[in-house]
This record gives sequence, structure tokens and C-alpha cells, in this order.
Amino acid sequence: MNNSEWPLWEVFIRSKQGLDHKHVGSLHAADAAMAMQNARDVYTRRLEGVSIWVVESRHIHASNPDEAAEFFDPAADKVYRHPTFYDVPESIKHM
Amino acid sequence: METLAPDLSPEAQFQARIDADLRIEPKDWMPEAYRKTLIRQISQHAHSELVGMLPEGNWITRAPSLKRKAILLAKVQDEAGHGLYLYSAAETLGTSRDQMLADLHSGKAKYSSIFNYPTLSWADMGCVGWLVDGAAILNQVPLCRTSYGPYARAMVRVCKEESFHQRQGFEIMQTLCEGAPVQKEMAQEALNRWWWPTLMMFGPKDADSPNTEQSMKWRIKRFTNDELRQKFVDMMVPQAEFLGLKVPDEKVRWNEERQAYDFGEVDWEEFWNVVKGNGLCNHERLQARVQAHEEGAWVREAALAHAAKRKERAAVA
Amino acid sequence: MATPDLSPAQLAAPAYPAELRSQLFQYVLQLADTSLILAHRLSEWCGHGPVLEQDLALSNIALDLLGEARSYYQYAAELEGRGRTEDDLAYLRSAVEYRNPLLVEQPNGDFAYTVVRQFLFDNFHYQLLKGLQNGPDARLAAIAEKSLKEAAYHLKWSSEWLIRLGDGTPESRRRLDKAIATLWRFAGELTTPTPNESQLQELGLVPDYAALLPAMQAHVAHVLAEATVPLPTAPVAQLGGKTGRHSEHLGYLLAELQYLQRTYPGLTW
Repeated sequence: MNNSEWPLWEVFIRSKQGLDHKHVGSLHAADAAMAMQNARDVYTRRLEGVSIWVVESRHIHASNPDEAAEFFDPAADKVYRHPTFYDVPESIKHM
Repeated sequence: METLAPDLSPEAQFQARIDADLRIEPKDWMPEAYRKTLIRQISQHAHSELVGMLPEGNWITRAPSLKRKAILLAKVQDEAGHGLYLYSAAETLGTSRDQMLADLHSGKAKYSSIFNYPTLSWADMGCVGWLVDGAAILNQVPLCRTSYGPYARAMVRVCKEESFHQRQGFEIMQTLCEGAPVQKEMAQEALNRWWWPTLMMFGPKDADSPNTEQSMKWRIKRFTNDELRQKFVDMMVPQAEFLGLKVPDEKVRWNEERQAYDFGEVDWEEFWNVVKGNGLCNHERLQARVQAHEEGAWVREAALAHAAKRKERAAVA
Repeated sequence: MATPDLSPAQLAAPAYPAELRSQLFQYVLQLADTSLILAHRLSEWCGHGPVLEQDLALSNIALDLLGEARSYYQYAAELEGRGRTEDDLAYLRSAVEYRNPLLVEQPNGDFAYTVVRQFLFDNFHYQLLKGLQNGPDARLAAIAEKSLKEAAYHLKWSSEWLIRLGDGTPESRRRLDKAIATLWRFAGELTTPTPNESQLQELGLVPDYAALLPAMQAHVAHVLAEATVPLPTAPVAQLGGKTGRHSEHLGYLLAELQYLQRTYPGLTW
């Protein structure tokens, strides 16, 4: 084994104008320009995208699954944030 | 992580999530054996895509028409893509592509034995697409729902792209079978060679497959080897008949009671022999991969060195 | 599959006088052979690239060129009007009938050879397509318009790799220098017109190479400077491919390419 492995990059693709970029996978590249071209060659061979983002994987900070409970559970009981929480009289339209 | 049963041990919680058909994601807790099994399975799958480029790749330069050449090149290129998606999925488990390749090159990691058979005629391109990719699809479609998220997502992409592969193979076979007698002979001869090795692709009989039970429990495998093999035979025998070809197994006949085809026994001695590395092309295939990797080392190093120089210059400026 | 969308008016081969038609046929055939042979060479990399990502990149370039070649062959077949198909033209002509320049038939060698060969070709190809795109022949203009986008990407790819190899490690530089020393002598043929090309250029039907040269030279100077590689002193150009005098490499390439069609004549695959 040698140490010539290129860094890992994450690839995000906008599939068409008006949509968000979505994570599609990863690849290896020596620099950002190459990562961009590799992403084009690997992930858009079938017209999958109109725009590409690449970011070196080591720059991504991810939430910790062990903290998922304190992160996400507190949102569960805030039902008043959702429109369905409120009763609107039948006769009221457009609300 | 969604906690289904907070009072249970991590192992039991993990299994509860799997049983509820929830996906496991890279940073979630997982049993070490699950991680190891996945790395082995996904990397083996990735290696199969990579090595699988070779038997078809050697016909790209001999494809009989410009259209066929373009299709074959695009197909083999897809396999490189599939290998890449799968290596990436395995990398989320904490291994590196370099490590996986080192294991392939040293013979520690395996790849599908089917690629250790030689491709000898143009009809082999038909058989590889029609039979081998057909078998691969049967294996792969259930994996789109496999328990490990990155693997499942990679498989969705693979399966989406794979669907043209089998069709192009069948189209090659159909063109040959509707062509001159010499072409039909070519098709039959190729089928004779590829039929049994393709049946071996589903792995040993369930009784001889010790990992199956645990893998099914973890939902990284969703059907047993024998189930898939039967499915394959049921699917392929009518297609061979449609082509006017004969499957090289005297024991193939429709079983009304089982509503399935009976078929003969795979030559398991040959199977294990090829798995152990004694197939006709084992040596060449591995050698070709090692050579490509070694001869590419200076290219990869140069790109890294150049990127480092650029960064340095940008920092100074 | 590879033919760009063309209007019916563009599809009908223009009403050229017979002699001009035959000259244009030769020219289009030369374009077709060039793209095919280079695509074939690049496709030899498939499965053997230095890294998986570049395996995909090389195949993409090969597929672009193959598609372009098919468009040219189809047009050439129509210009000729003798009922030959794209496959007849590609598979049933011998080496001396092939009209590609020597550069594209040179073997892949190592990755540096492939990059230098590609760079020299892409730099020419890109400028040529720009010219063809604005030329009077509607069919060629349409093919060029589609291919130009691909060629722009190819040129970016090969330029960036040339820079990486030149300004990478001592090893990559050594290999790049060797590739340049071997392949640079084939660059001149690309822009040296054959008598047929000269006549078509005089008629204004195809781009004048002299007009392409300044942009080509500027790009070479720019990329080599980035790569920290001195500009090679112009070697004596090797000519011949475009008039059918090929290097020995082409015969082997065609033997492989044409093997099935030659072994089983007249069948459909």
C-alpha cells in the first residue's frame, strides 16, 4: 500500500433549475478542479444535473447520533408549530 | 438514532431497528461484526465491478459495429462507476479505497468468480449482459432495501443504470439468433459455456452457506442463494426458448406442482476450485488490476504533488 | 444516436457539383477516421486507468469522439451516395485508405503519452470545430456545434493534466518530457493542409489552418508555461497519415477493429 490516495470529496447535484442540491455520493480527487470534473464524469453521465457542488469530506461536520435525542426530540412536542394544530371554522376560506 | 426500545442493550436496540426496517447510517452504533461483514460484502461487490470490466473490456476494441462499440464502452464505463459508488459506500464504514484495493491485490479479498472465465467470442458479450447481468440484477435489486443506508443508496443508483445492461446483452443474443447460422452457433456455444458459471454466481447451496442466516437477520441479504438461483432459472429458461437456444442442462423441465423449473446440480467442485483461485483467468485478472494500480501510482502522486504546490503558492500570494 | 438534431434541409446533402462532392467526401472521411481512431485508442484504457475516476473520464472522451465519428461517417456516406453505411466505411477500408493524421494512431504508451497526444489533438480539434461551426456547410456546422462543447471539455481535461504532470513530481516531469519529445513531431501534420484540404480551404468551404494557428499557439504557450515546461523547438513534422501513409501502428489497430466484419463478411451484428 502507498500513500498516493487522493482525498475524499462529497458531491451534491442540482438535478434541475429550481431544486436544491442533493447529496449523491463521493469520489476521490487531488484538488477541487479535478473533484468538479470527476463529479461531472462520474455522477452526471445521464443528464442527472445542471449544477454541481463538491466539498472535501473532512470539512463536513456531522451531528452525533448519540446526541440525537437532545438534538431532535425536543421538537417533537411543539405541535403548535404546525398549521394542523389549529382549528379553523368551516366557513373561513383561504387560511 | 431513533430509539425503539430504550431499556434494551445496544445490540438489541440495533436489531429492533433492523426488524422495523429502519436504515442504519454511518455514524450510528453498530455491532463490530455487522461493520466487518458489510465491509467484506460491499468491497467484494465493488471488486467484482472493477474486475468485471476486464472480460468485456477486452472486446471494446473488437466490437463489430460502431453502435455496438459505443454501447459496450458505455456499459463497461458504467461498471467503473458502480465500483466507485460501492467503494464510496464502504468508505463510510471507516475503511479506505486504498486498503480495499490492497486486499484485492493481495488475494485477501474476493470478487465474483464469474469474471475468471474467459470471453472468447462476440456472443460472450451477449451472454455476459443477458445472463451474468441478469443474475447480478436478481442479487442487486433486493439490496436496494438493504439495512445499511449508504449501501442501499448506492444500489439504487447501480440498479437504475444496470437496467440497460441486460437489455443490450439480450439484444446482442437476439440479433445473433436471428442472423446467419454461424451466428446462431456462436450464440449457442457461448450459452453452453456461460450457463453453469452463471448459476454458480448465486453462491454455494444454502446448506453450505454459513453466513446466510446472520446476513438475513441483519437484512444485508434478503433472499437465500438457492431462492435466487431458482428465480433465475425460472426467468431464463423461457427467454432461452424465445431465442431458440437450448440451456445446457438435460434435467431442466417445468414442474407443475412446484410451479418452477427443476434443474440439474451445479458442479460444486468447479465452483470451489475457481473461488480458490484456480480458474482459467484468475491470475490474469488480478495481474491486470495490480498492474493498472501500480502503473498509475506516479500519476496519482503527481496530481497530489501539484495540488500541494498550488496550495502553497496560494498561501504565499 | 450520435447524430445531432438536424432539420430536413440540413439532412439533404447540399447540391455540390460532383467533383466538389467527392473532395468534401474525402475531407469528412478524414474527420471521421481521426475521431474514430483516437476514440479507439482511448477505449483501450477502459479498465486500466490510473484511478477509477480517470477511467471514467477517459471513457467519456472516447464516447464523445466515437459519437462525433459516427456523425461524420454518416454524412460522408451520404456525400458519396453509393449506399455505403457508417460501418462499411469504418470496417471495410484498409490502412492505406484511412485518412487520419499520424498523431491519433500512436499507441497509448503511459498516461503521459496519452495526455500529450490528447492535448495536441484537443487544441487543434477545438479551434477546428469553432471554424467548422461557422462554415458554409450546414451539416458540418451542426455536427461541429454539438462536438465543440465536448471538445472544450476535452481540452480542459488534457490541459490540466499536462500542467499537473509537468509541475508534479520529478518522475511525472521525466515521463512528460519523454512524451513531448516523442509526440511533438506529429503535431505539425494536423495543420499542414493536404492538396485536398488546400482546395477546400481556398473555396472557403472549410477552415483555413493558418487562421487557427495563432489561437492554438497561444494556448500551447500558456499551458506549457503553467506546466513549467519549456516550449519545444519545432521538430521536423512527420506527415503522411492524412494521405494514407501511416505508421505501422495503424495496421494492428485496424486488424483488431475490423476483425469480426472481416471474418464474417456481410452479416448484421
